[in-house]
Amino acid sequence: MIANLGFGILLVTFFVALYSGVTAVLSNPKGLATIFRSLPGSEYLRALPGRLGRFFRITHDLANWLEKKEDPQRSASMAESARRAMLLTWPLLTLASLLLIYLLVNNHFEVQFVYEVTSRSMPTYLKVTAWWGGQAGSLLFWSWLMSAFASLVTLRKWDRDREFLPWVIFVSCFTLAFFVGMTVFFENPFKMFYQTSTGVEAYLIQPANSVLFTPEDGNGLNPLLRHPGMIIHPPMLYLGFVSYVIPFAFAIAALITGRTDDRWIRLTRRWSLWAWLFLTFGLVLGGRWAYDVLGWGGYWGWDPVEIAAFMPWLTGTAFLHSVMIQEKRGMLKTWNMLLIILTYDLVIFGTFLTRSGVLSSVHAFAQSAIGPLFFTYIAITLIASVALVIYRWGNLKAETEMHSLLSREALFLFNNLLFMSILVVCFWGVIYPLTSELFTGAKVTVGPAFYERANGPLFAGLMFLMGIAPLSAWGHSTFKTLGRAMWVPTVLAFIITAVIFAMYTRNVYAIIGFFLVAFVILITLYEYGRGAVARQKTHQENFFTAILNLTARDRRRYGGYIVHLSMMLMAIGILGIELFQMETQGTLEVNQQTSIGGYDVVYQDIARFTGPDGREVTRAVVGIYQNGEYLGTLHPRIDYYFDAQQAMTIPGQRATLKDDLYILLVSWEPASAVGATFKIYVNPLVNWLWLGSLLFLVGIVIAAMPDKDPERVMARAGKRTRQVSAAD
Amino acid sequence: MSKRRLSNTQYAILFTLLATLFATLSVALAQGPTPTDDEVNKIAKKLYCPVCENTPLDVCPTEACRQWREQIREMLSEGKTEDEIIQYFIDTYGVRASGDPPNKVASYLIPAVAILAGTALLLRALQMWKKPKMAESTVPAKEAKHVHQDEYFNRLEEELKKRK
Repeated sequence: MIANLGFGILLVTFFVALYSGVTAVLSNPKGLATIFRSLPGSEYLRALPGRLGRFFRITHDLANWLEKKEDPQRSASMAESARRAMLLTWPLLTLASLLLIYLLVNNHFEVQFVYEVTSRSMPTYLKVTAWWGGQAGSLLFWSWLMSAFASLVTLRKWDRDREFLPWVIFVSCFTLAFFVGMTVFFENPFKMFYQTSTGVEAYLIQPANSVLFTPEDGNGLNPLLRHPGMIIHPPMLYLGFVSYVIPFAFAIAALITGRTDDRWIRLTRRWSLWAWLFLTFGLVLGGRWAYDVLGWGGYWGWDPVEIAAFMPWLTGTAFLHSVMIQEKRGMLKTWNMLLIILTYDLVIFGTFLTRSGVLSSVHAFAQSAIGPLFFTYIAITLIASVALVIYRWGNLKAETEMHSLLSREALFLFNNLLFMSILVVCFWGVIYPLTSELFTGAKVTVGPAFYERANGPLFAGLMFLMGIAPLSAWGHSTFKTLGRAMWVPTVLAFIITAVIFAMYTRNVYAIIGFFLVAFVILITLYEYGRGAVARQKTHQENFFTAILNLTARDRRRYGGYIVHLSMMLMAIGILGIELFQMETQGTLEVNQQTSIGGYDVVYQDIARFTGPDGREVTRAVVGIYQNGEYLGTLHPRIDYYFDAQQAMTIPGQRATLKDDLYILLVSWEPASAVGATFKIYVNPLVNWLWLGSLLFLVGIVIAAMPDKDPERVMARAGKRTRQVSAAD
Repeated sequence: MSKRRLSNTQYAILFTLLATLFATLSVALAQGPTPTDDEVNKIAKKLYCPVCENTPLDVCPTEACRQWREQIREMLSEGKTEDEIIQYFIDTYGVRASGDPPNKVASYLIPAVAILAGTALLLRALQMWKKPKMAESTVPAKEAKHVHQDEYFNRLEEELKKRK
């Protein structure tokens, strides 16, 4: 039986991961002793009278004993054994996943997971992607990615960082074992249906006196998920999530081994950049999917599930900035540790939230088997990691001091403050309904209005910092130096804003928003241009070569600038749709017209037919005119899926840089003669959001691309580390 | 026949007709025209049905939500105001029907306090970092003097050099 085989493999993987993690820990008794010593409050706990105190004295004695047990030769062989076991998990999980895909593609509906997410009418590619279409499968997918990344990391050369290896393996395997364990024991995708005397139920192992039960057809994937955006969006998000485990593993390794210089940051810089790339792109794709499929004229609704993915992005982005301060100035070591720990636990939180829907109520949480487990895991990892940070507090002291409030490091700190503030708002918005239900019994809804009101000023603050921070120098800056660098772009930004004020809008929020966008874009371009002109002068290059060479020589900085520009393009789109969206709804008869935002919309025709893949399509033909000029037709439609008994509203869209005309077919009954009901949105500037996300990809790839010769990079990084320590 | 004159009976009939007309008109005016979808959606946007988590009522595709929108339309045509309708939904289905948390203090104050605490912590940390450096602050100032107009380029070059 294939499903049984899959279950067996998962079980084996679980034990292999456990073995690898435990062996890694045992290979380094000294590190284990550190963990024991760092346990919260252990000093006070040891002083407790009676058995409790004795218990904590035991951990202390154990730590002392462990420290004496250090045997380098045995350690090395055990670490190697752990590493090999770790490398075994990926092939095992690949095999299990392939078996699951085989079951999905071949309509094995006796398997519960296959029954839940596929049906006969689904095309093959959708059956494959149904792998991550349900909770059990997506946990397996998560584990598979985790083991792939952990293997990738353990395969690199470890010569200079031998002491990190066991702890990186430990953290990855601990995480992996948790997820695989979750898959094996609670959300197993290989459960099968058996008919017993009491009825049909899903079991892992065939119960006595039962026969296998195979349903005729499956439930089918939720139609909302049958969209290209939904096929790439979860893997992208998960890639981002899982990549963040690696920097976290290195951070913990650094804490345990006491090698708390910025080595762990340099080693994982690219991991965190790629993680950030995937996470950001995953979020954008999710937005695009919502815009195209959910049919409510928007891309982001401040839904707890969206926020769950947004929160690690916030800490991840803060981390991306604050590690630079540690690299350049040797400051904020503790803070960076805390940020990556927070990111890791928010990733776990996000993974769990996205699939389980437990946030809908306290009861749903208590009923779900995995809810309490996830929270226990988050609590344990958070407490243990923070305990380690506290234990190493002294080693994490800053190497230099802050010189001025306008220096780049100070501005980066304010940037971190703002990101954390947005995190606080989001976190509070997500848990407020739960706390309210817990304490007052009344359920509340926290709608977009709350988030927009609370986060709006914080985002504006971030944009302002994005404008001035690139101009300030590391170490020290004054109003004078800053002012000299930015007065030209600032004046230009004011002029542009005045034009917008005079010609387009008097909306205060829009004026502030567009001023900030112009401010950041102009300063960034100005800064880029000045660099290029300076280089042009000294290297006798033409302007474009100068720009290219400048970017090539400091890809991180100029890639970062491009990312900033892309964020501003996205901001244009967000401002446009948030502040100026227009909508109207009405029932039209054939050839009747309605008008909105300068467009005339004429309902021309409608047809209902059955599609090949098990859906009934109701498709309207709508003519679009502007000032009497014919622009084309749009086809808003409703797809009704028979297997899932669910309808999808697919908009007809006409996209231009100025706005999006977005038409939804709300309802139409063939029997009635009243015509069809349409909902029409005009979303100004929204396409800048998608354009911005493409530019973002360019920028981040420039910043994160590996250097041609990895050895040289390592050597370079090493030299720099020595320089820094020599400077101290 | 001389000049046509209306008889008393005829006056009575005319009066009754006019009265009926006015009565119908006034009732019709009080009822108002059927509210448009846009008027309904404007209110529905601010409401959440208790069944579909976090989906505003104006875009929710379910049949239940469609009926709730029809209810809003009826209430509008009865002359109810927006606030009355929202209050009605809150009274009937609980505070979660409104998208805005009812307890403003708890919903806005707690994150605000957390953010202010964070800001205070940061400012305090900045102060602590700055203090020990006061004595040496003359060094960078001296440096700043003998860099001339190409100061920017020097800084750029210097930073680029460091990356090598």
